[in-house]
Amino acid sequence: MSKNACFHCGLEADASKIMFDNKPFCCNGCKTVYEIFSTNDLGCYYDLQNAPGATPKDIEGKYNFLDNPKIVDQLLEFNDEDTQIITLYIPHIHCSSCIWILENLNKLNPDINSSIVNFGKKTVRVSFNFERVSLKDVVTLLSSIGYEPYISLDDYSVGKKRVDRSLIYKLGVAGFAFGNVMFLSFPEYFQVGEFWLEQFKPLFRWLMFAFSVPVIFYAAQDYFISAYKGLRSKILNIDVPIALGASVLFIRSTWEIVFDLGTGFFDSLTGLIFFLLLGKFFQQKTYTFLSFERDYKSYFPIGITKITSEDKEESIQVYDIEKGDRLLIRNEELIPVDCILIKGKARIDYSFVTGESKTVSKQSGDKLFAGGKQLDGSIEVDVLNSVEQSYLTQLWSNDVFKHDKELSFTNITNSISKRFTITILLIAFVATSFWLFTDSSKALNVFTSVLIIACPCAIALSAPFTFGNMLRILGKKKFYLKNASVIEQLAKINTIIFDKTGTITANKETTIDYEGLELTTAEESLLKSTLRGSNHPLSRSLYTLLNEHDILTLDTYQEHLGKGIEAKYQDHNIKVGSAPFVGLATDNATLNTTVHVSTNNHYKGKFTFYNKYRKGLSKLFNKLKSEYDLVILSGDNAGEKSNLTKLLPTKTKLLFNQKPEDKLEYIKYHQSEGATVLMIGDGLNDAGALAQSDVGIAISENVNVFSPACDAILDASKFNQIYNYIKASKGAIKIIKWSFALSFIYNIIGLYFAVTGQLEPVVAAILMPLSSISIVAFTTICTNIIGRKLK
Amino acid sequence: MSVIYVLLAISITVAVGFFIAFILAVKSGQFDDNYTPSVRMLFEDELVKDKSKKKY
Repeated sequence: MSKNACFHCGLEADASKIMFDNKPFCCNGCKTVYEIFSTNDLGCYYDLQNAPGATPKDIEGKYNFLDNPKIVDQLLEFNDEDTQIITLYIPHIHCSSCIWILENLNKLNPDINSSIVNFGKKTVRVSFNFERVSLKDVVTLLSSIGYEPYISLDDYSVGKKRVDRSLIYKLGVAGFAFGNVMFLSFPEYFQVGEFWLEQFKPLFRWLMFAFSVPVIFYAAQDYFISAYKGLRSKILNIDVPIALGASVLFIRSTWEIVFDLGTGFFDSLTGLIFFLLLGKFFQQKTYTFLSFERDYKSYFPIGITKITSEDKEESIQVYDIEKGDRLLIRNEELIPVDCILIKGKARIDYSFVTGESKTVSKQSGDKLFAGGKQLDGSIEVDVLNSVEQSYLTQLWSNDVFKHDKELSFTNITNSISKRFTITILLIAFVATSFWLFTDSSKALNVFTSVLIIACPCAIALSAPFTFGNMLRILGKKKFYLKNASVIEQLAKINTIIFDKTGTITANKETTIDYEGLELTTAEESLLKSTLRGSNHPLSRSLYTLLNEHDILTLDTYQEHLGKGIEAKYQDHNIKVGSAPFVGLATDNATLNTTVHVSTNNHYKGKFTFYNKYRKGLSKLFNKLKSEYDLVILSGDNAGEKSNLTKLLPTKTKLLFNQKPEDKLEYIKYHQSEGATVLMIGDGLNDAGALAQSDVGIAISENVNVFSPACDAILDASKFNQIYNYIKASKGAIKIIKWSFALSFIYNIIGLYFAVTGQLEPVVAAILMPLSSISIVAFTTICTNIIGRKLK
Repeated sequence: MSVIYVLLAISITVAVGFFIAFILAVKSGQFDDNYTPSVRMLFEDELVKDKSKKKY
């Protein structure tokens, strides 16, 4: 941290010259937070981590909707006479200081009873006394210390979501039974005919039986259900031989102990189920702080300000908005419905909807679409459609969003399971009929032995452990996958479709070219001073680009909405803005964004804004081009076409002016032609395409910020590594195939014992864990080798 | 050797006891967040209620 970094948030604090307590601060907001903490004895916040904070944002009026008890009720997790509990999602939680300060909230407000942070989920669970402090006060307090909670329509009415912990329970049951059964069957492994051991045999056996009952009926129930479902839809999935093996194990073992024929295979049975569940648990890696299921609801606010007929402001819930209502949209608020602008200056950022980063200015009477964000003060609008019927939200009624990709393809394990199951049944029947003729007393024994030993434990484990480990490795490289099946799908793709804005271009960065007469130093200084007053994003980018000059105090300054700005200093005047505004009759029709400048009514020249492409873009495309069809689908105009053709391999298809539905249809069409499509996009406008594609990857500059529903989230800094990640997933498939081969060897050894009628419980008890553990070790080592090669 | 019955009873009771403890722990949400508690335990209770003893 440099000497002049803000003590609170770590941003550069040179320019502000705010000193407090001998510490530099970048802004008054940060200073205020520091003051709050130091007066409340919470200075320890800064001891744990350097500059942990975030600058508090101005939230005036933003949380007024929390005054509405109906909305508050839906958000609360628990509501008693004097205690209320709410879980708030706070994206800024990132270090131990955050945990510390948020768990000490009661020092800031004694009416807060307790607060508990869940770091992984980035949530804080606050319990407070609602007689003395309202939810709005709590939220305001959090915002004032820089921990602004994110409350969206998605939180609405899901406050009581239940956590599914059944897998942990099942794992616990199976592990517990496995351990105990192992102990109890130990004496029998050595077959000592000792008198006392013989005495206890029945007791030990029935105890083992007792331990196995919950395993087969509770812990293993998912396998039976899945096998049943598979058979009903005429698919021999991997759970069929597992369920068959498990039930044969249980029935034969029970048979054996009832008629005192032997010990049974309870140890193998419980071990089998335990290892299988362990594999399932391992594969179930989830990134609790990411969500792959987001739709528009995660972006939309819960409450909005309605202006009643008596001209009063009232907070209402978004779903309660009706056609004809008058709404007040504050600065930085999202427009939740299609509407008509009535009052105020609208400058709308539609980047959520279109992916287009430029803002649009609107006059009163213009139509505004849901999903836009107002950037310039408050506006008043009249509602045209309710939330569900708005233009943006209608995209979500498309069928692709209801369709579960994981279920729609046969995974590698199930595709092998069909042949495997048939082979095993064949072997079982052949061996049984052989023994029926030679020694019929052994026939049933052989039949069950084959089914027991062939229980594809090792096969069923190879995929979960390989994918589970791969998921972890890729997660460390900032490539977050929704689930294991994404790896399999990724290995199969043959077409890659990219979005342009925000995906292959960097969001924030643009390069700017100047064309025209050279500006003198005085003019440049005037230009910079003029731009300084404007909040328009183009002015901001241009301002940061120009050289440092003394700031002049302008004599006059006027901003013409949607046209440009005009300023006067002494006897110089300057006009910056669109071509007609500065007095240029014909713009030489470029499609790129341009800003024209004239001084003293003489046209000077124009600044052209180009997108800046991500680092390593053409290198990546050149690597990909030999193996995949490459397409760029852009919602923008064709202004960058010449630039892109220069950068990218010639066979890359470039399509511009694609609306969200067009992208979706394009992918659908190519899938019907047999393409397996990987879509890489970023904004909500790509949501349909991401859902339709076989694998949808969302690029994100900051993974904590929201990305649309997708199969994987990739950190933008790793964009140029996509090729290697696809290669790694292909490697994972190869590993699984090898471990299948390995488990077949074990099966052949086991089958030899089974077919010849000499399968002893001890052989099964050794072979089964041995095969499972060696498969797990093999896949783990191999995936780690692949992982090491990744950057 | 009939002491084995007693021992078995004891050992199974202990095992089942731990098993129940595990189930209760899962139920109460102990396994939902396995990172924050590891940080939380390192915080000291340095917060002095009495302002006169204030160190910083």
